[in-house]
Order: sequence, then structure tokens, then C-alpha cells
Amino acid sequence: MSIDTPTVNATALDPTSAAAARRDILHKLLMTLGPILAALVIAGCILLAVGVDPLAYYGYVLEKGLFSPLGIQQTLTRMAPLLFLAAGLIVAFRAGTWNLGGDGQFLLGAVTAAASAPVFVQLMPAWLALIGSFLIAAVVAMIWSLVPALLRAYQGVNEIITTLMMTFLGTSLANVLVKLVFRDPGTTVPQTRTLPVEDRLPRLFDTTITSGLLLGLAAIIIVHLVMTRTAFGLKLRIVGANPRAAIHAGLGVPGLTIAVFAISAGLAGLAGAVDIIGVQGNVRADWNPAYGLAVIPAVFLARMNGFAAIGFVFLLSVLSIGGESAARRLGVPNHFTLVLVSIVLIVLALAEYVDHRYNQSRKA
Amino acid sequence: MTGLFSEVFLSALMFGAVTAAIPLLLAGLGEQMSEKAGVLNIGIEGMMLAGAYLGFVGAFYSGSLWLGFLTGAAGGVVVALIMALLCVRIGLNQIVIGIALTLGLEGLTALLHHFQFSRSYPRLPAADATVIPLLSDIPVFGPAFFKHHLIVYLALALVFAMGYLYRHTQLGLNLQAAGDKPAALDVAGIDVIKTRTIAVLTTGALAGLGGAYLANVGAGLFIPFISNGAGFLGIVLAMLARGRPVWVLFGALLFGVCLSLTTAMQVAGINIPTDVIQMLPFLAVMIMLVLFGRRASLPAALGIPYERGTR
Repeated sequence: MSIDTPTVNATALDPTSAAAARRDILHKLLMTLGPILAALVIAGCILLAVGVDPLAYYGYVLEKGLFSPLGIQQTLTRMAPLLFLAAGLIVAFRAGTWNLGGDGQFLLGAVTAAASAPVFVQLMPAWLALIGSFLIAAVVAMIWSLVPALLRAYQGVNEIITTLMMTFLGTSLANVLVKLVFRDPGTTVPQTRTLPVEDRLPRLFDTTITSGLLLGLAAIIIVHLVMTRTAFGLKLRIVGANPRAAIHAGLGVPGLTIAVFAISAGLAGLAGAVDIIGVQGNVRADWNPAYGLAVIPAVFLARMNGFAAIGFVFLLSVLSIGGESAARRLGVPNHFTLVLVSIVLIVLALAEYVDHRYNQSRKA
Repeated sequence: MTGLFSEVFLSALMFGAVTAAIPLLLAGLGEQMSEKAGVLNIGIEGMMLAGAYLGFVGAFYSGSLWLGFLTGAAGGVVVALIMALLCVRIGLNQIVIGIALTLGLEGLTALLHHFQFSRSYPRLPAADATVIPLLSDIPVFGPAFFKHHLIVYLALALVFAMGYLYRHTQLGLNLQAAGDKPAALDVAGIDVIKTRTIAVLTTGALAGLGGAYLANVGAGLFIPFISNGAGFLGIVLAMLARGRPVWVLFGALLFGVCLSLTTAMQVAGINIPTDVIQMLPFLAVMIMLVLFGRRASLPAALGIPYERGTR
């Protein structure tokens, strides 16, 4: 159960051959944009089959998600939670842990933040209240991941299954909390108390973009640096690459496994918190944006690289915001984004295989 | 709340448990075969959805439930074919492709449903039951266990057929070897890729059939995301059954009771939010995993693509 580790390209390390370096960049670009374009074409065929003009659809998505002033601001705002989720996945995947429970952790973080923030702002200065809410959301998400973490670390139970099961449980539990425990008595629709707009994360300059975007960017860059530049990150990557070798190297694998789950889940919880404290202000019953699984392809496309992930999360945001507008206007439900994302994932895996084979045959 | 424990209620509860257990049983048996052969099939949720959608379409347009089961199984096989090509033949990462297939089929079936049925939400008529004479006259248990659609009894027979397959046939041993020591199977002159492909395609057929049962008999209609984790529950069942089909059956019945209790409590109007009740089956799974997770034995080469000559 290993993840394809990013291959170190020998040509990139050789400073003398500028041409080779350029070819390498071109190659990477081709390997990234190629699958996306191919996926757009395949998904376009599906649109054609259900009687929708794919060019009109894609055009509309781009216009609403990227080129309209309001759309681009919404897209950048949407990036905030997605970046936190991607950061969590990067830690998990690089450490060889399949945390597929992001949605449950996200929702519990969101509900915790929504429940705590309106109370905290009355007790302490706003900035302290927000920090407090962020922390408690992260802690709750971490605790939620403890069962899969312990089962994985000490019993060797496959975390794919346990995290998926915990996500089903977490989604229901979040609903129960909203409807029974933290329900706002002042409204008829079941939802938590609303955090006043002036107490939320400030918006950037004169736009509607949340400053949570900056937090998300900071989170993913820190995660990237920790994973690539520190001893702790190296330890996690060794556990991911070869757990048995890690034991022989004297690493405390169970402890590190639990740490990976905690960091990954904590970041997912922060994703929920940043969405609530920055944008939504409250959690409505049955609210589940299901970002968790959709972020996975973006992280894979980026080959677990934090900086590249920022770019793909942006692309996913455009698709997501544009897709929501298209659902209202063109009557193509948002589910289409799921189809597109899954085709991207499959075509990418295929492209890597073909590329790998091509390189092998050239060497031989 | 009178009558909660009346004969009628108990028998309806058990009837519902069997109905809920059949899709889990089929998914679990299918996943078990894949896992035995060394393929971790996360895409099974997608295969069930394909089966549910195509099964419903087949039954709705032809008016025949059996044709619906056939198209459902075929739908599962088509998805499994993609999985077999990508993960068995060219050895791509089984988890990545599995996630992609599940996501894609969730989206695709919901999309197709939107364009086809979202205005009318057509329903199928209730499935004909095969009443087993004499046994069905037993009070409480009779109506609960012996008045189901014929396919339920076939699914039960399949449990024992699978047991026989794994213990007493060459193919069964080959499957086991493909998961435990594929290199040894290869040396014995048997094609590992072919053996694993057979396993994955069978999984697809069973999962598709389970999905079709879920839509056509269980619900009588197709709604998006109808499988609601049934495929994942099947994976858990296969993990905990340690390679024995009979244990898949017991597990499926246990979860079936949980699911049926969920519905029964909603119908009985017990004053708990549905969300609490919906947590029951998944809570049961987690408890099972905490208690027995350590004993889940998985094949040695599970999740590792086989490529001849590599170590």
C-alpha cells in the first residue's frame, strides 16, 4: 500500500544542461495539462450524451468561476477550506496513510467552531475568540480521528475502512449536534447560532475574499516545508515509503502514525472552522459540501507538492463555483464536477503509467 | 407505542433485516473474492451504484425484474472491467482508481437520474415473493424468512457455493494463491493476471446484482447515492470474515438487523432524530472493528499489483 513517490529527475539536478531542464519543465507541464484536457474532452462527451453543449457549459463555468469579478472572489474564498484539506491530505499521503475521513472531520470542526465562536466573542476580545474557536475545532477533529489512528497504530486495522466509517458517523453526529445540542432557539430552521459578520474573519481590502485564504495558503506552505525540509517530515516520509524499514531505523512508528492522523484530521477540522468563521457564520442542518474526497485528485495532480497543490486547488475552486452557477442556470447538476474530477484522476494515473513505460523502454 | 413487540412488528423487522442484508451479503461475497485474489476493491461502492441504476433502468423499461437483475449485474461488470484493466492488467494504484471509480459513478448515476427521472420519480411495483410452502406458515418466522423474492434464496445458496469453490476446487485455490503468493502461482504455470481478472469481474457482477436488488426490490426506485455506504460495509464484512463466506452471511444479517431497526424505529415514530438512528449500523461496524479488527486476516499480497519478474 504505497503511494507513488515523486521521482527525482536526474536532469533537473544537472545545472549545465539548460536545454534538458527546459525539456523537463515542458514534460511536467505536458504531464499535468494533458490529463486535464483529456478529461475535459471525455467529460464533454458525457455532456453531449445528456444533451448539453459542452463548450457552452465549460464557457459558462469559466465565466462564472474565473472571469467575472464576483466569481473570482467567490473562487478565492472557496479556496480557504480546500487549502486546509489539501494540506491535511499531503501530510497523510506522504506518510502513507489513507485518511479518507476528511468530510467527517471537516463537519465536526465546522460545528465545533460554529458552536464556540458566538459564545467566545461575548467573553473575550474578538481575535482571541477566533483563535480559541480554531483551536477547539482542530482538537475535536483530532479526537475524532483517534479511533482509526489507534486501530491503525496498534492493531494494524486498515485505515481506509475505519476513516470512511467514521465519516458516515461524523456526518450524522454533526447533524445531531446542530439539531439537538447547538440549535439556535431563535430560528425555525434548524441551524446553529449565527456569528455576526463583524466578528468573522476580516475580508481582504475592498473585496469579498475572506482572509481565511491567507491562513490556508500559510497552512499548506508550512506543511510543505515541514514535510520536505525538517527531520520530522523526513521521519514521516520514511514511515510512508517503508514502514518496516522505519522500524529498523529505530523510529517509533505507532507514535508517528498517531501524529499523522492528528495533524491530518486537525487540518481538516481547521478547514471546517475557516469556512464557518470566515464565510458561512453558522452551520445549517444537513449541510455537507463533501469537499473531502474531491480534494484528493488535486493533491495527486500536484504529486503531493504543496505549491503545486495551491494551483490545483484554485482550479478545483473555479470548477466548484462555476459548476454551482451552471447548476442553477443550465440545469446541469453539480454532480457533474464529481464525474469530471474522477475522470481527471483516472487519466492522470494512466498518463503516469504510459510515461513510466516510455522512459523504461528508452533506457533499455 | 403499543404493538412495538407484537408478532407483526417482529416479523416485519426480521423481513426488513433480510431485505437489507442481501445487498451487503452480495457486496461482501464479491469483495471477499477480490481480496482473496489480492485486489483491494474500493470501487465496489461505484459498482453497486452502476448496478442499482442500470438494474432499475432495465427493470423499469422491460417490466421484468429478472432482466433488471441482469442489466444491474452487467453494469457492475462494466465498471469492474475498467478496474481490471487499470489495476490488474497494467497495475495502477488500486486505492486511487477505486476512489476515482466510486466518485465517478456517484456523479454519473446522479447526473443520469437527474436528466431521466428527476421529474417523475417512477416506482416499480412491489416484487413478487416466492412463498415456500409449509415453512412460511410458521408464526413470526414464516413471513419473515420464507416470503422473499427468489433471488434472496439464490443469494443464500451462493454462500455455500462460494464455500465449496474456495475449499474444493482448483479455481478456489488459484484465487487464494493469487492473493497470498502470486509468484508461486505464476511458477505453477497459472496466469495470475487472468485469475485476478476473473475475481474482479465476479466482484463487479455480485456488487451490481446487490445494487440492483437494493433499487428494485429494497426501494422500488432509484435515487442518487442510493447505496449509501453499502459497498463500504461490504468491504468491512469481507475484512472481518477471514476468507469464509459463511461469516460474510452472519455479518450481513447482523448489519441487516441494524439497518432494519433503523427503518422500524423511524416508522414506529420513536422520538429520536433520524440522524441518531442512522448512526446505528456504522456504530456497529466500528465496534466490530475495535473488538475483532486485530483478527482480520488479509492476504499477503493485497493491494500489490503483480508484475512478473519484480520483487
